[in-house]
Amino acid sequence: MSSRLPHALSGLAAAGLLMAAGQSSAQDQVELTMYYPIAVGGALTEVIDGLVTDFEAEHPDISVDAIYAGNYDDTRVRAMSAIEAGDIPQLSVMFSIDLYELIEQDVIVPFDDLVQSDEERAWLDSFYPALMENGRLDGKTYGIPFQRSTIVFYWNKDVFEAAGLDPERPPETWQEMAEMGAAVREASNGEQWGVMVPSTGYPYWMFQAFAFQNGHRLMSDDGTEVYFDDPAAIEALEYWVSLANEHNAMPAGAIEWGTLRQNFIEQSTAMMWHSTGNLTAVRNEANFDFGVAMLPMNTQRGSPTGGGNFYIFKGTSDEEQRAAMTFIRWMTAPERAAAWSMETGYMGVSPAAYETEALSNYVEEFPPAAVARDQLEHATAELATYQGGRVRRALDNAVQAALTGQMSPEEALKQAQAEADAALRRYAR
Amino acid sequence: MAKRTSDRRMQVYGALLLLPAAVLLGTFAYLPTVATLINSLFLPGFRGSPPEFVGLENYALLIEDRTFWKVARNNLIYALGTIPTAIALALGMALFVNGRLPGRGLVRMAYFTPTILPMIAAANIWMFFYAPQIGLFNNLLGALGVTGPNWLGDPSVALTSVIAMAVWKEAGFFMIFYLAALQSIPPELEEAANLEGTSRWSFFWRVTFPLLMPTTLFVLINALINAVRVVDHLFILTKGGPNNATNLLLYYVYENAFSFFDRTYAATITVIILLVLAVVATVKFTVLDRRTHYQ
Amino acid sequence: MTTPTAAAPTTPSRRLVRVPSLETTAAWLLAIVWIFPLLYALWAAFHPLAFMVRFDLLAPLTLDNFTNAWNQAPFERYYLNTFLLVTGIVAAQFVVCTLAGFAFARFPIPGKDTLFMLVLIQLFVFPEVLIVENYRIASGLGLVDTITGIGLPYVASAFGIFLLRQTFKTIPRELEDAARVEGCGWMAVLLKVYVPLAKPTYLAYGLVSISHHWNNFLWPLVVTNSVESRPLTVGLGIFSAPETGVNWATISAATLLSIAPLLVAFLLFQRQFVQSFLRAGIR
Repeated sequence: MSSRLPHALSGLAAAGLLMAAGQSSAQDQVELTMYYPIAVGGALTEVIDGLVTDFEAEHPDISVDAIYAGNYDDTRVRAMSAIEAGDIPQLSVMFSIDLYELIEQDVIVPFDDLVQSDEERAWLDSFYPALMENGRLDGKTYGIPFQRSTIVFYWNKDVFEAAGLDPERPPETWQEMAEMGAAVREASNGEQWGVMVPSTGYPYWMFQAFAFQNGHRLMSDDGTEVYFDDPAAIEALEYWVSLANEHNAMPAGAIEWGTLRQNFIEQSTAMMWHSTGNLTAVRNEANFDFGVAMLPMNTQRGSPTGGGNFYIFKGTSDEEQRAAMTFIRWMTAPERAAAWSMETGYMGVSPAAYETEALSNYVEEFPPAAVARDQLEHATAELATYQGGRVRRALDNAVQAALTGQMSPEEALKQAQAEADAALRRYAR
Repeated sequence: MAKRTSDRRMQVYGALLLLPAAVLLGTFAYLPTVATLINSLFLPGFRGSPPEFVGLENYALLIEDRTFWKVARNNLIYALGTIPTAIALALGMALFVNGRLPGRGLVRMAYFTPTILPMIAAANIWMFFYAPQIGLFNNLLGALGVTGPNWLGDPSVALTSVIAMAVWKEAGFFMIFYLAALQSIPPELEEAANLEGTSRWSFFWRVTFPLLMPTTLFVLINALINAVRVVDHLFILTKGGPNNATNLLLYYVYENAFSFFDRTYAATITVIILLVLAVVATVKFTVLDRRTHYQ
Repeated sequence: MTTPTAAAPTTPSRRLVRVPSLETTAAWLLAIVWIFPLLYALWAAFHPLAFMVRFDLLAPLTLDNFTNAWNQAPFERYYLNTFLLVTGIVAAQFVVCTLAGFAFARFPIPGKDTLFMLVLIQLFVFPEVLIVENYRIASGLGLVDTITGIGLPYVASAFGIFLLRQTFKTIPRELEDAARVEGCGWMAVLLKVYVPLAKPTYLAYGLVSISHHWNNFLWPLVVTNSVESRPLTVGLGIFSAPETGVNWATISAATLLSIAPLLVAFLLFQRQFVQSFLRAGIR
């Protein structure tokens, strides 16, 4: 996108000079810059800073500047903007589904080109396969799982008991969830809601779960096609809408992603669907007994995976890329993955993480910590396509339009399909 | 002859004095304006290829873009919702504070304080008010036995909620201009009217309000500009949702440029904003300033 | 201004029944409504999360929310950035706008009126509207993620040029002539005669500019990437974006932290602020 050259050129030249200067002055220490997002509760910046400090202590030849850049969208914008300005970060944690965008902008390197030893090749294969789905394209690995999640089901056992439900038994099916939700609503005389599924922030993600539980995948493997208006998808959205309209189990209108945890903590809802990344925050804040389970099913169980992967960027020196590799390997090593999982609720990204003493003890003492992992066998890749911003927005709008009663689920999804097709028209293979 | 050369030198000197401002304005106002116009005629490069000249295709897309029309309509409603309300409130506040009011200083401070807060901070605070179920408004309403709406999550209410916050933020700012204007109205006028037995109501409509007209127009222009320029609160409150119910033009530009990586389409929408501003500017320069200012 | 001329019988008693308590009540009610959001933020920031929507005069006071906010985001750096940004902008604006305003007020430049109109266009086409192109230009100049990059587009302020030009025009030529007789050059005349006499304008413009840039968000958001350049508003925006689900009490505390300096300055110098906005508003 450089139709006007003089500025761009002088800028690049200036940036080049700066970078050259930076390199020569810091020869003995490799300096890495990394952007990272946070999309769930808790003081996660402190956790990251702590990890970075530990890493630097172990690797005095590498220093890491970890920059908190907001939510996933903000982080993409920041990293891309830095790259465009010639101030290229060596690595970043970004949305796993940014893969297509990053490939299209031609800014990332596949890890296959960076691994050297057999040990490193084995490391590439050490993660849960379901978490690698969003990080691979055309046989190459571009994203290494870090803060990864699935959607899990949280329920308030005290409220269940008060409503005459078995506090130890979460709903197994869509039907049960609707009924239990309605029961809570009724038992509380309209003081509490039965269930809340967030519909701002990442509505397409929640919808993907409904669709997959109904046996339907929303996109092709190569990111060039989506299937939003399939009958199974429409049925899934109809069910979501019916939770408010028919069953009176969920409030009408959009439900805010960010304040939903607070709703659950304040006991204004008995059940919620949310990222597993919120688990530790809920545990710290809830003053009632709560449980975590897999999402309910219709024809099958299911949740999309979600969250952030590590990427390494083009245009940095070999030495820097090696250092970035070292850092990423350190951050994803079983002990760190275990610690990270316990601090946040995000998944331990490899089976080895759950085999560490720390995490296996933790899971034993606090079983909800294993739910996201157990759900992985029912997981599907998160919605990722070319023109991802537009395509996701089309689906987000459809979900919100249906939930707020502006359109029927069918109308809304047909429109989203048309918008997504238009955005993807240049990519058909 | 000597006079001539000194004029010449004055001209050169004057030009030099203007130079820094000219360079900066050129770089950050005129150049980008022209570049926006040019870029709106291109499509972004596909998979690394250079941008492609497509003439007016972006404008054709814009005309067919339902979201654009919705956003434009939202912006119009936003302007119509904020401006008259904020102006009426500002005038009311100014009249209150201009009269003999116990604790006048405190009241004036209360009215004016929102003005000096960043929009982001204001949005943070209002976010707590608007949250359904657990937010303050619905808790208060709940205490009265009323089920409050989903302020930001219901598309039929969300834009109004955003407007209400904007009015709260802006009214106090406009108040001070009215206050100044009121203080410049000679008190003899009111004394005379009192002697005549004119009611306060008709005094206001027949004397005060017409005298405040220039202030009203000035405030109106400012409010119009703000209705286009300020979208900060959307980043916190709604992100333009649900289903674009609260999206405004400049926020839509931001989304296209920085979330969808479609800068040429963003440029096309920017051109529309520039056209709107051009109309406002023309009105200001031709109608309002005809009389005095720029001699 | 005209005075109504009609004559009428006198009814002096009307004055006495004025100031109806209804009006006072309305004024005070409105004032309470208007200040309430801030008071509420104060309440939320100084109490534990559980008291967000539960009003209890005996609720325990706490500073934990401030500690949390302070620990979770580098506010000290944000303060520094905002401080550097605001002082930098205001200083640069004073210089550039003084020079330009002086030129427009006193120098016979060909096509001056047209040039001046061109400058005034910037009152409408401000940097935020042109974010996309301005971002590319800043990027080309290597200014992305620098405090200079946030400030530079605002330095040649049409508003400042206009205000200073108006002020300079009101200064009597005789003062200038006197200085020139003493042998002062143009710069000396500007610094010794014009600038000192325009002090109130500088104060007014400075305060308005400070509050504007302290609060500015969209352009700084676009042009900054890292903590090293992020001003308070952007830091706060990123910190409290609802997706992060940071708890409300902490957000309230962070919000108060961000607005405190300007708010305190405003409360202390209320009169100057209001006067400044007024003076600067007459554009």
